[in-house]
Amino acid sequence: MGNYLVKRLLSMVITLWFVITITFFLMHAIPGGPFVREKELPPEVIEALNEKYHLDDPLYVQYFDYLKGVVTFDMGPSFKMTGVEVTDLIKKGFPVSAKMGGLAVLFVLLLGVPIGIISALKQNSWIDYIVTIIATIGVAVPGFVVATIYIYIFSSKLALVPSFGLESAKGYIGPVLALAFFSLAFVMRLMRSSMLEVLGEDYIRTARAKGLPEFIVIYKHALKNAIIPVITYVGPMIASVMTGSFVIEKIFAIPGMGKYFVESVGNRDYTVLMGTTVFYAALVIVAILVVDVAYGMIDPRIKLGD
Amino acid sequence: MFKRSISLMLVLLLVVASFAGCSKPAEEPAPVEPTATTEPAPAEPAVEPAQEESVLHWNVGADPKTLDPGLNAASDGGNVINNTFEGLTREIDGELTPAMAESWDVSEDQTTYTFHIREGVKWSDGQALTANDFEYAWSRVIDPATASEYSWIFDAANVDSFEATDEATFVVNLKTPTPWFLGLTTFYSFFPVREDMVNAKADGLWAKDGSLAISNGPFTLSEYETGDKLVLVKNDNYWRADEVKLDKIVGRMIVEASTALTAYQGGELDINSNIPSAEIPGLIAEDPTFMIFPMLGTYYYSFNTSVPPLDNVDVRRALTLAIDRKAIVETVTKGGQLPASTMIPGAILDAEGNVFNEMTGDYGISATANVEEAKALLAKAGYPNGEGFPNFELLYNTSEGHQKIAEALQEMWKTNLNIDVTLANQEWAVFQDTRTQGNFQIAREGWIGDYTDPLTFLDMFRTGGVMNHTQWGSDEYDQILDDSMMAKGQERFEMLFKADKILMDAAVVMPVYYYTDIMMVADKVQGWELTGLSTYYFGRTEIVE
Repeated sequence: MGNYLVKRLLSMVITLWFVITITFFLMHAIPGGPFVREKELPPEVIEALNEKYHLDDPLYVQYFDYLKGVVTFDMGPSFKMTGVEVTDLIKKGFPVSAKMGGLAVLFVLLLGVPIGIISALKQNSWIDYIVTIIATIGVAVPGFVVATIYIYIFSSKLALVPSFGLESAKGYIGPVLALAFFSLAFVMRLMRSSMLEVLGEDYIRTARAKGLPEFIVIYKHALKNAIIPVITYVGPMIASVMTGSFVIEKIFAIPGMGKYFVESVGNRDYTVLMGTTVFYAALVIVAILVVDVAYGMIDPRIKLGD
Repeated sequence: MFKRSISLMLVLLLVVASFAGCSKPAEEPAPVEPTATTEPAPAEPAVEPAQEESVLHWNVGADPKTLDPGLNAASDGGNVINNTFEGLTREIDGELTPAMAESWDVSEDQTTYTFHIREGVKWSDGQALTANDFEYAWSRVIDPATASEYSWIFDAANVDSFEATDEATFVVNLKTPTPWFLGLTTFYSFFPVREDMVNAKADGLWAKDGSLAISNGPFTLSEYETGDKLVLVKNDNYWRADEVKLDKIVGRMIVEASTALTAYQGGELDINSNIPSAEIPGLIAEDPTFMIFPMLGTYYYSFNTSVPPLDNVDVRRALTLAIDRKAIVETVTKGGQLPASTMIPGAILDAEGNVFNEMTGDYGISATANVEEAKALLAKAGYPNGEGFPNFELLYNTSEGHQKIAEALQEMWKTNLNIDVTLANQEWAVFQDTRTQGNFQIAREGWIGDYTDPLTFLDMFRTGGVMNHTQWGSDEYDQILDDSMMAKGQERFEMLFKADKILMDAAVVMPVYYYTDIMMVADKVQGWELTGLSTYYFGRTEIVE
């Protein structure tokens, strides 16, 4: 196990290095720059800006400087938001996004898994049909539509919740719902189909033949196998939901970090673009490791370190 | 068996427990990742004080890049700065009124302005404001090390030198007489700043820090939450603080137009100018608090005069005449925009108070399409009924709004002239590069004037000017603009009329419409103002319940 973790950590570092390198050079390859303005800046101002942000150094120097920065957790200053450190942006934005995303993840797991199981057990009943319909809608309808309809009904028409911000507990309902909607539907479907598959296995028949109570059969024998695909999905989902959604944050005017991903590209804000990408990549890589370790603990057939 | 089920339970428990932290109440940080900060999340309940405060809730829009007057180059920052700082003069009710300067003398040759600083004016921390603060602020903006994006405005104002001769006297020397110079002293790049605060936190961050943002306007910044909100409170040390009726302004940063509209309609915002364009026709019809104001800006296209067939003036003129501007503003943009026949918006007047673009006339460019003349011109250029006209490309920066307009033009040229145009779009940063390099045939443009004078538009089209993407140049045009600097009053405007005619006769630009400002202001908000440069002023605003 220890050996395995060391190997994994090493490969994580290499993966991250690939992400950093590819993003860095792609970013500098696209046309346009951070100081392109409609009314062109005077050359001496551009020069001063380039010098200030070390954009006048050769590309390879910038690259190694950046690598050094990542190792020391110093992502440099934003080019667009004058004087703001990228590390500070993440420090401020991530907790907001993560809190919202964490609630969404909880919502997905606590609701999606049981509903999926119930739906599988009551296959072809009216409960199952309703769940299937909701799950299909959930996968088909994007989060921003959910958000807009939510604001229209509950804020605009009924005036039950604020239309923006997270200043009251009620403010969380909409963003969490919109953020969780797709994953909830997906987890429900996944849980249902995976459960159905497992329930058809021989060992379940054996367990039932032994006369075990149905409860034990489902929760002790079936669930353990059925939950594996869900766990596979949940790992990367956590990373992506926690780092925020540009669209949902924009609609609800939430100061999370989701917007930095998108805005930094348009602004050619190199450091913010790099910082958010590296941060997200690191989170995904860690989540995948956690998922892999969880596999081994849930299903002894999956051996780590082979 | 038993052991395994225990371990399964443990894993499930672990999974749940790792998220359980996130469901804690809002005061707690979310301990989800070891890298997560321990700082408390910025969400906090709004604490309403016991006594009735007069608070204005206003949607600032996007997170302003900076609130430092010397560094700002954007209208969102400008709206805040115009309420937190004050220049030598201030525009109130459309009039230039004395502000930090109580009075000023102008030399005989109109090139030296001597400003007398108002006695007893103070910064928000009570320290006296002197002419030295202006000298420092202005020197800072033009210093390349500051890297101010608006440093060029000092050139546009023809500022040669300036000096605080004593604490109460600020002398400015201009290179040539500049009628719009005084108006520019209401503009943020010319506002004073406090040297000790600027040095306290670099890169203009002092202006977003409630403890350092010392200012001299009717309000002062007390709180700033990136991407969320900013709070301005009344500045008791403002020289006419007795006229300031608001205690507090809460500026929200709601970028999504439909959310902002819902918040406005639900009473969570009192002033909002971020409105979905699809809602505008309905709002015009139903909501009396929806307002449209003309703006000092023009939406137009540039022809690249160096590539055939656009090197032919008849072709350019034919394309210009063949579009129906009225249809574009009424059925495409729908924001109350005004069809534009020239580059100069209607808010600009000449020395005698006549509307500039009425004096110049519309150069035969009517609001609706003039198909007959356009066809005749195209035939004259050698393309009768569009036959043999090479396919050409129209370039705009990626945006739904620009696309709709481009599609309307495509359709109009096809119907009216029987010529085909291909549409192409590029993302903003790339588009700006392409346009500057001249790698286009027809490109979208838009310009918002920086000062209320025709020169803010005409000056762009000098030979080789950075904003002149048309590759066109005229010595005569440049000469007239140069000469006009020395002229005064209506004589100067006669020259500018001539320059305008040269530009429009060359048909290198195709005006489409004049921009408008749209906004919604709740009935209870009284005495709010929008300046000629479309900047908010809340110094005399009150909330009447």
